Amino acid sequence: MNHWIIAPIILPALLAPLIGFVMRHDMPLARSFSLAGSVALVALAAGLVSLAAGGETMVYRLGDWPAPYGIVLVLDRLSALMILLTSLLGLIVLVHAVATGWDARGRHFHALFQFQLMGIVGAFLTGDVFNLFVFFEILLIASYGLMIHGGGRDRMRAGLQYVVINLVGSTLFLFALGVLYASTGSLNIADLALRVAEIPIEEAALVRLAAMLLMIVFAIKAAIFPIHFWLPGAYGNAPAPVAALFAIMTKVGAYAIIRIHTTIFGPETAATDGLAGTWLFAGAIVTIAIGAFGVLGARRLMPLIAFTVVGSMGTLMLGVAAFSPEATTATLYYLVHSTLAAAALFLAADLVLTRRENGALTAQPVTVQHGLFAALFFGAAIGVAGMPPLSGFLGKLLLLDALRAPGQIGWAWSAILLGSLFTIVGLARAGSILFWKSTAVEPPEPVEGEAAAPAARALEVAPTMAALAMLAGLAVFAGPLANYLDGAAAQLFDRAGYAGAVLGLEAGE
Amino acid sequence: MGDGGVFLFVIALLPFIGALVPGVMIRAGRNACATFTAVPTALALILLMLLAPAVLRGEVIEAELVWLPQLGLSASFFLDGLGLLFAAMILGVGLLITLYARFYLSGDDPMGQFYTYLLLFQGAMLGIVLSNNILLLLIFWELTSLSSFLLIGYWKHLPEGRRGARMALAVTGGGGLAMIGGMLILGNIAGSYNLTDILASGEAIRASEWYLPALILILIGAFTKSAQFPFHFWLPHAMAAPTPVSAYLHSATMVKAGVFLLARMWPALAGTDAWFYLVATTGLVTMVIGAVIALFKDDLKALLAFSTVSHLGLLTMLLGFGTPAAAVAAVFHVINHLTFKAALFMIAGIVDHETHTRDIKRLGGLARLMPVTAVIGTVAALSMAGIPLFNGFVSKEMMLEEAAHTAWFENPWIVPALATLGALFSVAYSFRFIVHVFGGPVRDDYPRQPHDPPAGMYLAPALLAVIVVLIGVMPFLAEPVVAAAVSAVTGTEMSPYLKLWHGLTPALWLSIIAVLGGAVLLWLHRPLARAWDAAPRPEAKAIFDAIMGAAVRLSRMISETLHDGVLSRYLAIMVAASVALGAIAWSGGGLAAPTRTPLPVPPVVAVGWVLLIVATASVVITHRHRFQSLVIISIIGLMISVGFVYLSAPDLALTQISVETVTIILLLLALHFLPKQTPVESSPARRLRDGLLALAAGGGVGAVAYAFLLRDVDAISDYHLANSYEGGGGTNVVNVILVDFRGFDTYGEIIVLGIAGFVIYALTEALLNGTASRRLRQIEYEPDRSRDRHPLMMVIATRVMMPIAVVVGVYIFLRGHNQPGGGFVAGLVISIALLMQYMASGFAWAQARRKFEYHSLIGSGVVIAGLTGAGAWLAGKPFLTSAFGYVHFPPIEEFELATAMLFDLGVFLAVLGAVMLMLHSLSRLARHAGETVNLEPMDFDPRTRAEAEADGKGG
Repeated sequence: MNHWIIAPIILPALLAPLIGFVMRHDMPLARSFSLAGSVALVALAAGLVSLAAGGETMVYRLGDWPAPYGIVLVLDRLSALMILLTSLLGLIVLVHAVATGWDARGRHFHALFQFQLMGIVGAFLTGDVFNLFVFFEILLIASYGLMIHGGGRDRMRAGLQYVVINLVGSTLFLFALGVLYASTGSLNIADLALRVAEIPIEEAALVRLAAMLLMIVFAIKAAIFPIHFWLPGAYGNAPAPVAALFAIMTKVGAYAIIRIHTTIFGPETAATDGLAGTWLFAGAIVTIAIGAFGVLGARRLMPLIAFTVVGSMGTLMLGVAAFSPEATTATLYYLVHSTLAAAALFLAADLVLTRRENGALTAQPVTVQHGLFAALFFGAAIGVAGMPPLSGFLGKLLLLDALRAPGQIGWAWSAILLGSLFTIVGLARAGSILFWKSTAVEPPEPVEGEAAAPAARALEVAPTMAALAMLAGLAVFAGPLANYLDGAAAQLFDRAGYAGAVLGLEAGE
Repeated sequence: MGDGGVFLFVIALLPFIGALVPGVMIRAGRNACATFTAVPTALALILLMLLAPAVLRGEVIEAELVWLPQLGLSASFFLDGLGLLFAAMILGVGLLITLYARFYLSGDDPMGQFYTYLLLFQGAMLGIVLSNNILLLLIFWELTSLSSFLLIGYWKHLPEGRRGARMALAVTGGGGLAMIGGMLILGNIAGSYNLTDILASGEAIRASEWYLPALILILIGAFTKSAQFPFHFWLPHAMAAPTPVSAYLHSATMVKAGVFLLARMWPALAGTDAWFYLVATTGLVTMVIGAVIALFKDDLKALLAFSTVSHLGLLTMLLGFGTPAAAVAAVFHVINHLTFKAALFMIAGIVDHETHTRDIKRLGGLARLMPVTAVIGTVAALSMAGIPLFNGFVSKEMMLEEAAHTAWFENPWIVPALATLGALFSVAYSFRFIVHVFGGPVRDDYPRQPHDPPAGMYLAPALLAVIVVLIGVMPFLAEPVVAAAVSAVTGTEMSPYLKLWHGLTPALWLSIIAVLGGAVLLWLHRPLARAWDAAPRPEAKAIFDAIMGAAVRLSRMISETLHDGVLSRYLAIMVAASVALGAIAWSGGGLAAPTRTPLPVPPVVAVGWVLLIVATASVVITHRHRFQSLVIISIIGLMISVGFVYLSAPDLALTQISVETVTIILLLLALHFLPKQTPVESSPARRLRDGLLALAAGGGVGAVAYAFLLRDVDAISDYHLANSYEGGGGTNVVNVILVDFRGFDTYGEIIVLGIAGFVIYALTEALLNGTASRRLRQIEYEPDRSRDRHPLMMVIATRVMMPIAVVVGVYIFLRGHNQPGGGFVAGLVISIALLMQYMASGFAWAQARRKFEYHSLIGSGVVIAGLTGAGAWLAGKPFLTSAFGYVHFPPIEEFELATAMLFDLGVFLAVLGAVMLMLHSLSRLARHAGETVNLEPMDFDPRTRAEAEADGKGG
């Protein structure tokens, strides 16, 4: 068994409490360890990707208990990719938070940040549904802490809504797991896949209910209509770097649906055939529409970006709902892209907003480094809107190309293309107000004793640029990436292979 | 891929690489900046010219790089006659524009930025005309939308510029999105996204049932880009851009992209009725409307803009005819239009630059003041009017010739009539451009006294004017280029014969009518203009603005109605959706026959059940009285604990009861800072709705629980029961599950607790630094609260309890592995004991006697648990693998030592730390709210009083 598999969970899990109690009085110390940990996490994740790229499904049995009786972690191409994405995003966001001083605006930022990374990575690695619940709890509570970091009335209120809705989601999760366990007697994903496959449709009511409830739970995280309501408020009011990190949180929900509803309740499962796909598809279409309206109608920049996240989750979920290997390749490509794009836009927005009077989309005196910020915003907006030359365009093409089934094509294409149009127009409107119209506003008289907002140092700008560079890289190296994703999708849909690896069937145990 | 292929990549890349240069070179001055901008363009043009001979011979140069094979996308370029023509136009005019802009832009304009945008745009255009893969073409297509957005909005401080840029982006970007759909369908029909393949499978495409959707979607893309009616309105508004931009975008490049696409797709899509009626009709209508409006525009650039719209309509119409001869005319007119229109835009820019106005009504008589400009402008405008000896004449004749024998719905005269009408207006506005700007007497009220500009500025239009005359007099000069391009368009070898004099053809008569009619129109311009101004007509811009405004308002309404921030509504929707979807999922499958029979219900259980129900219902009723409902909630928790005891789950009961105790105490403390009553905010209707929802959800959960309790299932827990002692070293299966089988879950859960502690601490900190702090300070305590906050009895009782509780905690902790108990419960028990001290004597008093920090409790707990798990690595085992052994220290009996206990210690510390940190946070709030800090253990200490009395007596 390869102990490196668990390393990306244990590293932040040990680092976070140390930062929380040993280093909590010294910011430079906490920063150094947090940054070092994030760099190490990237290295670990890269190692795991190269490990997984071989195509073997690797299992880590915690406590050395055989599956399905103990908890297992499963490393395959998909989980390795998600971890790498998380770690890269984490590092980018962390550097931004440190450089801009966001981390010092409240307590325990770094401890919570590392815990957050641990929760996300754990959710991607685990091969056990109850353990998935535990990691959902970790990332929920840590994200709540991060969301209200820095305080303020609106943020507190949005944070409360966020945590309440997600706690209700946790309750539902627990209940769904209860139903699932009561109807199958197992919690291990591979074992569940085998057991659910044997349930005939005549006896499937319970397990179908469990499948549907789990889908709803994950859809809450993924912010799919009609349970997306928490997202605009939460992301729109969270500290911008935290919102950028949250770009991966919605993907945890998407990942869970991809994993659970392919492996356990996947296609050709008699008991639940087509159940999730149908409803997800419908929800995704409405979600795209809601995102589009939100972007065009937004009054403030942060909610506008939050609504682009909603729209991109709808787009992503269209691909998920197809539950086919081809669509999965496209979905995963778009997933990687949309995570980095949303983060880039949030970070770019942060640079501007912290130097403006407020976040409203009105003309206000231009800030320092106006041209630089405008360029960053333009680049990130191109990424979010899915325009060339960044990767979003390819992601969208891949998705459109994959969604050609007769029943899908009309709805899916109209939704994606019209949604894009709304997003483009909305972002152009916002950018034109922020960066063009503002140049016509007379700068205010400098107030005595009140220093003007300082120019951004290179380190503050670097994370946004790194995110944009990654988007460009995704586009340039789309071919090799798609090869890897093809492999990931094939591995995901090879359910027998997964079950065999996890349960050790081929070894004859 | 030959050498030519490599050149092709270099040509396509050069503008993008070059785009990096101007932004830097501007530091070396404006001349250096312009020169360095010209270098990549010139280089690309030279390379192109090196390839030209082969292409003119009929060869096609190709180059391909694999990019995303999964999608069928490759970086694949090819150069044929059509591509060569357009590439040469883009690069050639690009050079002229670079030169012109150097002199046009004022010192205040950021020139580096301008040239960067220009090169980006040029690269995107070049990509379109060189792409051999329609997905690649789409990429460049969208890039032109983006880069033109930047160019049009270049003067960002001007509202017209911003609006024009956004309008152009919305229209052309939207069209581009439609085209994505069309291209994907097209590729699907042809089985390849390679342009060469698609062009080769024209018949299959036209026969496909998907032909019409693909055609319509692609045409939307082409028409929006080429400003065809009814999408024409963005083009005039894009005139807010600096004139070099207008000259480039609206003569040679951007708007020609749509025409290029029609020509490119001609072999695949043209030749059907649908093509003819859609394309030719749109073109014809656009040509006439554009020409008519152009005549009544007083702004020089607006006049040229609408004339561009009109000429693009002309080109579209010709391509729509679908005949090879019409294609020849179209290709030839592309060249001619480019030459005279680019020149005219530059002339308009010069006039604006020199006189500071573009209003025709304020101009006139410039021929004397700006002779050079006037000559160039007149030559170009005459060509636009289609006067012989200028190149516009030749292609217009060809157009009229084609129109003359084209029937529309079997009506032979409507196309020629409308085409002539368009030509007639075209003549009129061209003459107006000459007469009203350059002709007439010199005025004395120009905003600025005009004179000819420096040579750098009129060099470019002059060059174009020379070409206008050269081709006009010797049309055959253009023959090789046109031949190569037309061969590429039609897909067959063609050698057109271009000449000035075609004889007394119908086209000539139509031309004469147009010229004479145009002259008459100009003569009547004043009354006509007055009538035009008076006539009501739909303003495309107003309509567009209204639509956009409505879209924004509607979006805002939908979005803000949906996301009104009311949590209860969000939750109601969530619950309703879960119930509905759950019911749907449930009803899709059946239930197996029950395998268990319900046990009889003894009276004691029934009483407990009724208590539970009553208590739950009471919470609903009394929930506005927060204190009361908290008490009732504790009853519910108690009943659940009793239930666990009854169902032989002592571990759960112990945990439940201690969790209940801790949470209720903490909630009580928190309630202290909150209003004691919940105000009534909901209407009866909403309460009814929520009640029904709650009943449905609760009833559903109950029914489902009942359903699965009646059915056996082969569960993994059997293994846990069997292996708990042998494998886990404990007889208490629950504890072994918690710390061993599923220790990783527990590890996660203590982390959750620890994080909760941290979060509450951070939250308190944020509250105290925020606006809530002031409200907290002004909190009014109720007058009836006890003045004896730290009563004697309680202080004494908790002191006595303390050691007992600690011993119990340790006991529970130690026995955990084999008997009900464990680190989690032990942590809670000890924290209850500590909580009691704090409650009895106040936080500050207790705090002063604290020996450890809560943060470190949490931290060390989590770290100990983690390190215990990681310790297994040293033995080469996976994380959290436990080891246990039995040791014997006399005189103590043999007892077990398990690594699981160390893990449990971590659990214990984390739980204790988290609870205490929460308490600590609450007490900080209390102190902030003005709670007095007591240094004494109790408020009324009988000892001190006795002493005081003794003192009193003594005194």
